[in-house]
Amino acid sequence: MAERLMMKGNEAIAEGAIQAGCRFFFGYPITPQNEIPEYMSRRMPEVGGTFIQAESEISAINMVYGAAGAGARAMTSSSSPGISLKLEGISYLAGAELPAVIVNVCRGGPGLGGLTPSQSDYFQATKGGGHGDYRMIVLAPASVQEILDLMYEAFVLADKYRNPVMVLADGLLGQMMEPVTLKEFQDLKIPAKPWATTGVGENERIRVINSLSLQGEGLELINQRLQQKYQTMDQQEVRYEEDGTAEADLIVVAYGTSARVAKSALDKARLQGRKIGLLRPITLWPFPTARLRELAEQGKKFLVIEMSAGQMIEDVRLAVEVTGVRANLFAKLNGAIPSVNEVYQAIMTTADKGEI
Amino acid sequence: MERVFGKPAGLQEQEFHYCPGCTHGIIHRLVAESIDELEVRKRTVGIAPVGCSVTAYNYFNCDVQQAAHGRAPAVATGIKRVLPENIVFTYQGDGDLASIGIAEIIHAANRGEKITVIFVNNAVYGMTGGQMAPTTLLGQKTTTSPFGRDAESMGYPIKVVELLNTLTAPVFLARVSVHDPKQIVKAKAAIKKAFSAQVVEKGFALVEVLSTCPTNWGMAPVEAMKWVENQMIPQFPLGILRDFEEVAR
Repeated sequence: MAERLMMKGNEAIAEGAIQAGCRFFFGYPITPQNEIPEYMSRRMPEVGGTFIQAESEISAINMVYGAAGAGARAMTSSSSPGISLKLEGISYLAGAELPAVIVNVCRGGPGLGGLTPSQSDYFQATKGGGHGDYRMIVLAPASVQEILDLMYEAFVLADKYRNPVMVLADGLLGQMMEPVTLKEFQDLKIPAKPWATTGVGENERIRVINSLSLQGEGLELINQRLQQKYQTMDQQEVRYEEDGTAEADLIVVAYGTSARVAKSALDKARLQGRKIGLLRPITLWPFPTARLRELAEQGKKFLVIEMSAGQMIEDVRLAVEVTGVRANLFAKLNGAIPSVNEVYQAIMTTADKGEI
Repeated sequence: MERVFGKPAGLQEQEFHYCPGCTHGIIHRLVAESIDELEVRKRTVGIAPVGCSVTAYNYFNCDVQQAAHGRAPAVATGIKRVLPENIVFTYQGDGDLASIGIAEIIHAANRGEKITVIFVNNAVYGMTGGQMAPTTLLGQKTTTSPFGRDAESMGYPIKVVELLNTLTAPVFLARVSVHDPKQIVKAKAAIKKAFSAQVVEKGFALVEVLSTCPTNWGMAPVEAMKWVENQMIPQFPLGILRDFEEVAR
């Protein structure tokens, strides 16, 4: 029987990982994600797993590198300033083609910023962040149930592409409680990892986990192959949710917490007779560019809701503005959650005047 | 005819890229011999650092992960926790271990990770062209201390083994040198023991090996060996500071 229970977002991140077969967690305390390492510290021993409170975020991501290279499903979690420290390690994971999951329970920045929820790490998550030409799939849940589901997806995608995957949540999603269905222990088809460094055993060839290439065209060829992999992800892994977009005049584009607020606001606008649709990207990279362009070609208007100065808006504009359509922005800057009413006003203004 | 000397199985059939007179080759060999003699090659995973030995995966005949600068002890921690039956070792230089990676080595040692660390100290950043290291001697000229290391503004050489000896968890800590055959024999014994600490599942073991850098020191190989003996050893005294077998007795 599927179990129905109340769960906090951060606990769902941790339990979702356990359900996905993750048995190695390496973390470091930072608000607002502390429930994740705390949960893992008591849960991992129950399932025969390993929890280490590392000396820093840098060490934690490098423990993930070692564990992933040894063939395990491994993860780390942090919040914005801590993710900045992990970027070196994420670049190495991408360069060495190691599967791993990194969770960012985003808070406001720059610098030490604040503790309140924010979406201002969109650029960092989707545009590289670390050095070099790499990409990673970024999953953006909007409910505690979706956190559980996407944690499983994150590990599957990481193994599928031998690439780091980020789950980008925010302080609100991490801290809130919602009812969830804990699914039956999912069929864990963890793929064989013949490349993992487990000791040569009786093999002839040694295995090397490495991102260094010093000779000739080596690095160019490696990057060409990586780019092909990223292209495959871009073609096959775009995920988004649509609500009433077909008949809508105005499409609201929002993810995570913003999408929840947007949904309440557009329901209110619909009661006033406005035809409003919602497109909620679930993958922030790869981005639903093709679908947005298709909607733009149908002559629809666009309004992006973000808890940042406007970061995803750049991807929406790249998608829609080639069609001559302008995307509008409602930005909530101060590390606070936008109210339904202010988003409703933005929707009404954009719907009626075409812009805000 | 009986073969009495050859390349250890722990080394690949590769020529070293190291400079003439550099002792990385000797240290690689001692590590490989230890792995052979303990019969653990098939279950050994090495971690290559950033520095001159970054391509150690071209030489050691075992599975290897290359780590970010200074992070080898964290990577080793991840591997060892997944594969507790395996022998996991890091091979790191002084810039990697004692500067950018000082936090990683202290905490891996403090957790008592059951790993073996080979710490090669040649008092200089080799690969990047001879900059000052945390182990650079007072007065020693490098490309970033052109007038000699000055304690007033650059501090003192860090004694890693003594530093780690303040921790409770490590089971084997030693400093050795490879500047002459007698010292090489002693170094081999210490390195082998540091690996054997894992075989008997004891805990964290580190061997600091004083090494040469003729290229960046601007010395001929023989002169560099003498410099280790006359200049480095007085600053970095040789010896076994902690030994799990001594404690057991």
